[in-house]
Amino acid sequence: MVGASLAGLSAARSLRKQGYDGRLVVIGDELHRPYDRPPLSKEFLAGTVDETELALEVDGEDLQAEWLLGVRATGLDRTERAVRLADGREVRVDGLVIATGAAARTLPGSEGLSGVHVVRTLDDARALRAELAQGGRLVVIGGGFIGAEVASTAHLLGLDVTVVEAAPTALAGPLGESMGAIVSALHADHGVRLLCGVGVKGLSGERRVDAVLLEDGRGIPADIVVVGVGARPCVEWLAGSGVALDNGVKCGADGRTSLAGVVAVGDCANWYDPHAGAYRRVEHWTGARERPDAAVATLLAGGATEPGAPRPPYFWSDQYGMKIQFAGHAAGADSVTVEEGAPDDRNVLAVYRRAGQPVAVLGMNQPRLFTRWRKQLGRTTS
Amino acid sequence: MMIPACPLADLPRGEAFRLEIDPPVSVFHTEDGELFAIDDTCTHQDASLADGWVEDCWVECPLHASKFNLKTGAVDAPPAKLPVRTHEVVVEDGMIYVRLSEAAPNLPHCVAARLAGVPA
Repeated sequence: MVGASLAGLSAARSLRKQGYDGRLVVIGDELHRPYDRPPLSKEFLAGTVDETELALEVDGEDLQAEWLLGVRATGLDRTERAVRLADGREVRVDGLVIATGAAARTLPGSEGLSGVHVVRTLDDARALRAELAQGGRLVVIGGGFIGAEVASTAHLLGLDVTVVEAAPTALAGPLGESMGAIVSALHADHGVRLLCGVGVKGLSGERRVDAVLLEDGRGIPADIVVVGVGARPCVEWLAGSGVALDNGVKCGADGRTSLAGVVAVGDCANWYDPHAGAYRRVEHWTGARERPDAAVATLLAGGATEPGAPRPPYFWSDQYGMKIQFAGHAAGADSVTVEEGAPDDRNVLAVYRRAGQPVAVLGMNQPRLFTRWRKQLGRTTS
Repeated sequence: MMIPACPLADLPRGEAFRLEIDPPVSVFHTEDGELFAIDDTCTHQDASLADGWVEDCWVECPLHASKFNLKTGAVDAPPAKLPVRTHEVVVEDGMIYVRLSEAAPNLPHCVAARLAGVPA
């Protein structure tokens, strides 16, 4: 198992649950035992959840695994069937689960400037939390979900917050234009500035950042900057290994890669979606949690299993006390209808359709109805 | 303690009824026609399991996808780590009653704090 976060832990659990009783080695580049990342931009950052509560393992849980933590995998030797580690060690494997996740994209030229953060790991969140406690002016670069959650948390903590988004509408990618605009209007509702349609040219500051420079010539004064501009799959270590790479690890609908005995799960895995007829790399918590079951079945069966239809991808976000839930794929929808609630009340159940068929559903503070629609979506897309 | 929930006729299969006591309890009528009662609040965060997705004898939390076994209260996977309490269901003269468990509930800390009268 290379990767010791949710996807890696879920795969280890699946292996034991599916009867594998051999040696199990889990390699992780962070020193921490598996922990839950969603709270890092929300409750953990706000200080209402502490580190012990982030643990993903249950008290007393023992997967009979050897944990090699704090060491990065640097290569895979297909002929020796060995994973090379940064400290020179090699681990021989009979089967391999790739779960190396994704890393936060950074802003070129921001290296070495203090006060500039990303939020991906526990260490990132610890550092940002300590700085937010000082207060001041925060500029968030990127109006996506991570950026929006950090903005919401920082606003709650009393900071002066500005969000800068290069696209004309924030969240248009995952939610489409109309709903993206409604959800990102939550910023203005709470007095957080959202600047859309303007790119970031760079940062200014000597040793510490003091402003974000925009492409239209404006400069936004900043004491703290958070860069939330997406993530890239961590697959460099697989270059030349024979594992086919294309926007992450290219996988079949059951998690198999181009190498026998090797499967991939989680944010680094670009799974084939038979329903869409396309490869999709889904960076959702629920995918990292659910897909390892199928991938492990593939691994143990030597690649002979018939995968069940995947459930439509699902994610949630908490912003300004609002529960936002989304399932399915917004891209490809030709209509969006508000089925319940009213956008102005920030209480919406919206259904995305293509040729009359539901393909996605969005809920804002509508957990009950959302679940019903999500269930129906699972039936129509599988 | 036996608490009346609702008439059986008002709870179709596949539906859940939330009993507004503190902490709330939900009665589930499964597609197979079985009745189960468990604590309504997910042990991870303040979410109502009555709003969740029921399949076989599991209910999936509507927010973060941990599943709880309706028979045993056991949780299958993170983010929730603790089970919910289960309660006995009794049907008498067409009325569903819940006999509350005497065990301590596993409430998420924000809810536990509110019930204790402490701001979270």
